[in-house]
Amino acid sequence: MKPDLLAIILQTALLLLLAPLVSGCIKNWKARLQTRRGPRITQPYYDLAKFLRKDMVISEHASWVFSAAPYVVFVTSLLVGLMVPMVTSQAPLSLFGGVLAIIGLLALGRFFLALGGLDPASTFGGMGSSREMTIAAMAEPALMLAIFTVAITAGSTDLSRMAADMQSPGWKLLNPAHLLAFIALFIVLLAETGRVPVDNPATHLELTMIHEAMLLEYSGRYLALLEWGSAIKQLVLMAILANIFLPTGLAADWSLPSLGLGLVLFLVKILGLSLAVVVVETANAKLRLFRVPDLLSAAFVLATLSLLSMFLFQ
Amino acid sequence: MDLTPTTLLPLALAGYVLGCAMGLLFFRHERLANLCSFGCGTLGALCGTVACVMSLTAGTTTTAPLQLQLLPTLIPYVQFTISLDPLSAFFGLVVSLLSFALSLYSLGYARGFYGRKNVGILGAFFNLMLLATTLVVMADNAFFFLMVWEIMALSAYCLVSFEHEKPETRSAGVLYFVMSHIGTGCIMLGFLLLFQATGGYDFAGFHALSAKPEWLASGSRNAAFLLFLIGFGVKAGIVPLHTWLPAAHPVAPSNVSAFMSGVLIKTGIYGMTRVIFSFLGTPPLWWGVTVLTIGTISAVLGVLYALMEHDLKRLLAYHSIENIGIILMGFGASLMFLQMNHPLLATLALIAGLYHTINHAVFKGLLFLGAGAVLHATHTRDMEQMGGLAKRMPQTAFFFLIGAVAISALPPLNGFVSEWLTYQSLLQGFGITDSLLRLMFPIGGALLALTSALAAACFVKAFGITFLAQPRSEPAAQAHEAPLAMLLGQGVLVAACVFLGLFPTLFLQVLDPLTQQLTSLQISQQLTLANGLVLSGVSHTGGTVSTLGIAMLGLGLLVIPFGLWLAFGQKTKTRIGPTWDCGLKGLTPRMEYTATGFSKPIRMIFKTLFRPHREVQRDYDFSPYFTTSIRFEAHVEEVFETRIYRPLHRQVLRLSRRMRALQAGSLQAYLIYIFITLLLLLMFAL
Repeated sequence: MKPDLLAIILQTALLLLLAPLVSGCIKNWKARLQTRRGPRITQPYYDLAKFLRKDMVISEHASWVFSAAPYVVFVTSLLVGLMVPMVTSQAPLSLFGGVLAIIGLLALGRFFLALGGLDPASTFGGMGSSREMTIAAMAEPALMLAIFTVAITAGSTDLSRMAADMQSPGWKLLNPAHLLAFIALFIVLLAETGRVPVDNPATHLELTMIHEAMLLEYSGRYLALLEWGSAIKQLVLMAILANIFLPTGLAADWSLPSLGLGLVLFLVKILGLSLAVVVVETANAKLRLFRVPDLLSAAFVLATLSLLSMFLFQ
Repeated sequence: MDLTPTTLLPLALAGYVLGCAMGLLFFRHERLANLCSFGCGTLGALCGTVACVMSLTAGTTTTAPLQLQLLPTLIPYVQFTISLDPLSAFFGLVVSLLSFALSLYSLGYARGFYGRKNVGILGAFFNLMLLATTLVVMADNAFFFLMVWEIMALSAYCLVSFEHEKPETRSAGVLYFVMSHIGTGCIMLGFLLLFQATGGYDFAGFHALSAKPEWLASGSRNAAFLLFLIGFGVKAGIVPLHTWLPAAHPVAPSNVSAFMSGVLIKTGIYGMTRVIFSFLGTPPLWWGVTVLTIGTISAVLGVLYALMEHDLKRLLAYHSIENIGIILMGFGASLMFLQMNHPLLATLALIAGLYHTINHAVFKGLLFLGAGAVLHATHTRDMEQMGGLAKRMPQTAFFFLIGAVAISALPPLNGFVSEWLTYQSLLQGFGITDSLLRLMFPIGGALLALTSALAAACFVKAFGITFLAQPRSEPAAQAHEAPLAMLLGQGVLVAACVFLGLFPTLFLQVLDPLTQQLTSLQISQQLTLANGLVLSGVSHTGGTVSTLGIAMLGLGLLVIPFGLWLAFGQKTKTRIGPTWDCGLKGLTPRMEYTATGFSKPIRMIFKTLFRPHREVQRDYDFSPYFTTSIRFEAHVEEVFETRIYRPLHRQVLRLSRRMRALQAGSLQAYLIYIFITLLLLLMFAL
């Protein structure tokens, strides 16, 4: 059960390389669905390379916290990614933490990002931080309850074990408890990654922006780390959703055919989820800020129902 | 002289007594008084810390706990003995560790009172409070316990009222005084019930009671539980008995606030643990349900009210209510598991509660010390007047940030570890029963998640508004770093936060004798995997976590940004420039986000609870769009105060006005009263 260095390196590489692609796909498909041409799907890679080469401008009011935030966000996203089974059924770092550590680490990244938003003394940043922390707080109970429902079935908070448990007696997505939990987690995913009914990732310098408002003062290398970090976070949350509720194809061993099959199926699942996100983003308008809690409490109610149905049917 | 708890503990107590005496002796020479009284306190607390650690790490091999008789027996039933059993040693460790850091800090902090207030008196009462609190957690006799409990409460009252020239301080002091005595009254009644059943006041006798079947069947057991829950609950600050806490903690000097929030409220937790787990016997189910419910409500309401505060110390005081709630969630779950005959999970939940007890003491102490340093530098508690302090007080800012990360339960620090244990016990608890009650565990877990997410929001606000961005007032712009002693005091607690966060498996071994005493199980081995690197749930399939591993790997992953810099960014330059101001002529501090603004979304979402009220007054000359001045006022309603305490207060006043007729000042009437009472008593006796 010792964490395997090779597995850690491979999964880190997968996270780093795949995350911008997923963001690119979502942007491109969204444009097409809205009958625009949109940027090519590899555009995020070019963006990151460009940001990394640019000079940085740092606000005169900012302290060291502002500079620490990009590193914390980037590293916590990677750490979280290493705790989630992606291609192999055993996550490389599952010994170091399960869902509880994942939720904690994501919160750590958000904590520093929000501080980074407040630091340059800009009103936009403060507004973004305030809203981000509020929405995260509203999403947290739904997330925890939905995860609890799955964890209770598996008797474990370790995601690898949860995936293995879901795999054992065949198709379980139609289990009402898990279906409800899945929908609840999907809503949380939209909220946590700043997607349309909650936040609009395409806005810049608007009063409605949340995530972008915190990044407003960042430039150059720091901006690259933050953008990359949030792309990884998005990939990781999708991977949790895909591999917990649909663990088909996770490679049980390290042979090439099973790894290849695992990788292909993983890509299919992630791109499928991205498509769902694209459809939701296109079909809905952004909610007013004070309607977002309603959406998130709907997610909480779904998670509660999921728990109740498990109580009733087992 | 060899160092054993037997020699160190008396030294610790002597240190406090000496510190108290020195403060009184030198009260005319403030420098000498400061140095001697807080110096003695520091040394005494150091001895106490070492004694408690040695006693806990000695393992369970030592059969009888250390007992000391402080004074000869003067009155029947009253023995002035203290005993250092594992439970006392654990809470003694909490008290002594904090006392050490706080006394060290006070050496610097008390300088701020030179020429204004009498530092000798401050030192004397401070040491008296340390002494009494240490004795409270070690007293071995109910009478002695109540005596030191009262001394503790009264010395704390004197310290709360230290700056009594401010009216706010006086009324907070009185509120604390009254609430504290309601609590003491309940505890007294509880002990009388126990006395009735045993015929003695010794804790050993009470403990023997827990095995007696006739006691387990008696109704007075339930009455005792409720009395103790209220009595100790007032001290711990559980909702709805919490109102004194956010009033009294902020107005005290910061070293005292840190002690009250970090330690004094823990004596309530100590009392509950001692009484419920050791004296009252196997709990019925409703005890656990009650404690878990109270804990959950306290946690959520505590953090919600904390979010509404822009007074830094009041904000921290409300967080104490939240954390007491989290501790009680662990205890409540533990009581439920005990009743369901699942000692292993009960032990896990108990450990979660105890771990959070020491964690909260450490990080809340740290945060209050940071707030004290800020207060020292800016002379205000109002966060709206602060800002930009990270550049002016870099060390304090860093320490406060560590405390903020720890209290928000973020990995890899200590708050995360204890909440992780709490989640694990709640999760495992779902599987052990079929009753509908098991739904309490996941719902409790979800509300705990809400609590910690709101706590994170609150500390983004507390740290961000206080330390980041531009200073919002002249004193904040002129702020200076705190003196060395104050930084050292905070440094001790930072080290404790990091140790408790990164090495939980080492610390869990210390808890072994304690769980042996309370639930007859030792589970630190079971919770440890991979040579102590990994912390596990009761079974390693239930989930594992390694804060040390996370921290190390996190540092290792910094290689990637470094590599990216090597590959792409070596030629890039960094410029310092103004923040984007939308084309205005520069940003002023008045344009920054405020603490009140930051928590506005939460105030709107929970408006049924807060009942926010706001008033905006605009003055303008020719058009409402060009205001010349604007006045904005916003309040939230403290539901418990307006709906429970104020009506109660009115009733009590009305009743006492009626009673005044009895006490008209006529001597003849009083003689009649005495005569009638005597007659009644005689009739009753015959």
